[in-house]
Amino acid sequence: MENLDNVIYDNEVYVEFMSDSVNEGLARMVVSAFALPLNPSLEEMADLKTAVSEAVTNAIIHAYMEKEGIIKMRLGRKNSDIFIDVIDEGCGIKDIKKAMEPLFTTRDDIDRSGMGFAFMEAFTDRLDVESEVGKGTVIHMQKAISDKE
Amino acid sequence: MTGNRHPAQYAVKNHTLYIKPSGDLDHHNVEQIRTRADNLMVECEINSLVFDFEAVDFMDSAGIGLIMGRYRKIMGSGGKMKAVSVKPVVMRILKYSGLYQIMDINGADGGMSI
Repeated sequence: MENLDNVIYDNEVYVEFMSDSVNEGLARMVVSAFALPLNPSLEEMADLKTAVSEAVTNAIIHAYMEKEGIIKMRLGRKNSDIFIDVIDEGCGIKDIKKAMEPLFTTRDDIDRSGMGFAFMEAFTDRLDVESEVGKGTVIHMQKAISDKE
Repeated sequence: MTGNRHPAQYAVKNHTLYIKPSGDLDHHNVEQIRTRADNLMVECEINSLVFDFEAVDFMDSAGIGLIMGRYRKIMGSGGKMKAVSVKPVVMRILKYSGLYQIMDINGADGGMSI
C-alpha cells in the first residue's frame, strides 16, 4: 500500500483482520492504544473510535456484504496528527457522492442510519474515499490531537 | 467486549419496553439487540420505549439505527421514546444525529430497575 500522504511517520502500525463484526471492537481498541501516547482528550479518543468503527463497519456490511474478507487498517502518527487508512478488497462503491449523503443507506433492512460517512467526516479533520467497483475501497482519515500544555 | 453474553437487558411494564444495553453499542451488538427487542415489541404490544444508557461506554451510527428503527415501529400509534442515564460519550452521537430532538433525554422518571 503506498503512503498517499507522503508522510514519514514517527510511528506506524498495520493490522489485518477478518471481516467479522466482533472485530469492530478490536479496531477501536487498536486505534485507542495507538493514540494514547499523544494524551488525547476523552472527546478526541471518542472521535477516533467512532470514525474507525464506522469505516470498519462499512467494510463488513457493504464491501464484503457480511461475507468473509480481509480488512486492513494502517495507523500513522506524525507529530500530533493521527492518520488512519481502512482498506478492503470488497465490492467497491459505485457512487461515492451518493454513499456519503447523510441518511442515504442501502441497508434499511438492518436499520442502518445512513450516518456512517457523516460521522467519519464530523469526527475527523479530513476524510478521503477512494474506491473502484470490484476492486475495493480505501478510507483515509486524519485527525490532529490537541496539545494540552 | 461482551463475549457471548447478550449485550442488553430488557423489562416490560404497561406496554413500555425498557432496553438497557451494556458495553459498546456498535453494529456487532446492535444486531443481537434488534432481533430480541423486535420480538418483545410484538409479543408485549409495546407502545413506548425507554433506552437506559447507564452501562453504555461507546456508541456509533449503529446505535442511531437501532433507536430510529424501533421508533418507526411505535410512532404510528403515537408512541413515545425516551433515553435515560445518557453520558457525554452517547450524548455527542444523539446530538449530532438530531435524535435528541425527537426523544426525551435524561428526563425526570429515571431508568428501570432490573
